[in-house]
Amino acid sequence: MSNHDIELTINGRRFAGSVEARKTLSDFLRIDAGYTGVHVGCEHGVCGACTVIVDGRAVRSCLMLAVQVNGAEVKTVEGLAAPDGTLHPAQQALRDEHGLQCGFCTPGVLMTMAVLTAGNAKPSEESLLAALSGHICRCTGYQGIRRAVKRLAGENL
Amino acid sequence: MKAAPFDYQAPGSIEEACALLADAGGGASVLAGGQTLMPLLALRMSQPFVLLDINKIPTLQGVSRIEGATRIGPMTRQCEALTNDTLAGRLPVLVQALSHVGHHQTRNRGTIGGSIALGEPAAEMPATAVALGAVIEARSVRGVRRIAAEDFYLGPYMTVLEPDELVTAIDYPDWPAGHVTIFREVAQRPGDFALVGLVGALVLESGKITRAGLAWFGMGPTPVKARQAEAALLGQNLDGLDIEGLAALAIADTAPFDDHHATAEYRRTVGRRIFSRTLREALGRKEAA
Ligand code: FES
Ligand code: FES
Repeated sequence: MSNHDIELTINGRRFAGSVEARKTLSDFLRIDAGYTGVHVGCEHGVCGACTVIVDGRAVRSCLMLAVQVNGAEVKTVEGLAAPDGTLHPAQQALRDEHGLQCGFCTPGVLMTMAVLTAGNAKPSEESLLAALSGHICRCTGYQGIRRAVKRLAGENL
Repeated sequence: MKAAPFDYQAPGSIEEACALLADAGGGASVLAGGQTLMPLLALRMSQPFVLLDINKIPTLQGVSRIEGATRIGPMTRQCEALTNDTLAGRLPVLVQALSHVGHHQTRNRGTIGGSIALGEPAAEMPATAVALGAVIEARSVRGVRRIAAEDFYLGPYMTVLEPDELVTAIDYPDWPAGHVTIFREVAQRPGDFALVGLVGALVLESGKITRAGLAWFGMGPTPVKARQAEAALLGQNLDGLDIEGLAALAIADTAPFDDHHATAEYRRTVGRRIFSRTLREALGRKEAA
């Protein structure tokens, strides 16, 4: 069982620590770094709740090891809103369209939406919906999520 | 659940990786994209002493052309392969199959080689390699082996790969420009493993089939090459094709099982149906009512 020193950027801040080899990125972000907006549902890659952005790509953080993000740039849901509290467009869209109920799946959904709309990209509704197939919402709030997707795809209802 | 403890090593070269695998004496697992292995670790279905992470080996990544074939580095990410121009031109059916592999988020990490080396029988990449006649290159400190994909799989998650061997390339032989692609998958939800799937390619020359590669996934303990149907297709005129007869032949090679998603009988029935329909569509013919 090996331990490893890692250093990375989380939501724009440097973070250094020592992690056990088997620690997942999701546990590291929640427990070591305190970003509890990373939700862990299934812990084996099925639900999508733990989705974060690593070096510009949406990934399931329960399917990566913490030691693998050494040197990487990680973004969690805590890094989405502007410092003054202005919501990210994806957050605003979900809020306006009632795209969440309990909010457990929401951070993951948001990270996928954020990555696909980064840089003011206007992805098609189909491609957004296809990417969101990687998320399970237990509250079955899919219709609200779909409306938010429509809005993000630039076709306001 | 959490993974059992292990040591983690991340070599920077193929040579170093092979040396570490040899040292581990069978106690190591190779971590590629991790989208299948990490769940196995979390569920403690896999408990290696050493986890050998090959993500830091640049020579395992990327797509290149070699004599008569397209070479895919095993660490090429599925998301990268999906948008690769060489693959779009040379191996269109592989790209089509890739869009059914997992989800956007798992394709961002998942690799072509990881999927091929693990050998999940319902996965798209192993069957695609078998159908297209790919050759898998494996290296160890003992040397290099080249293994035909159709000889690679022994059972679910079991391959002929020795514990000290590392997959270092997958070579897909050229199929001529304009070849016919075959792909169909039935799954409960997008991104799920297939209940039944068919993948392959056909070459037509002046109305005759001159080359055929077809394989099933989710239809047995390994990807299943539809050998009898392939043989029967060769030399056939498009007009005289007995598609229902071919479908029966193709199903004859399968060995599906019952599980809590579907029965073997369901898989055979749906398999026969998608075989006929996909072949008709691919060959541009109308489906009989
Ligand atoms: S917690 Fe990672 S996918 Fe469910
Ligand atoms: S809002 Fe409750 S799980 Fe999606």
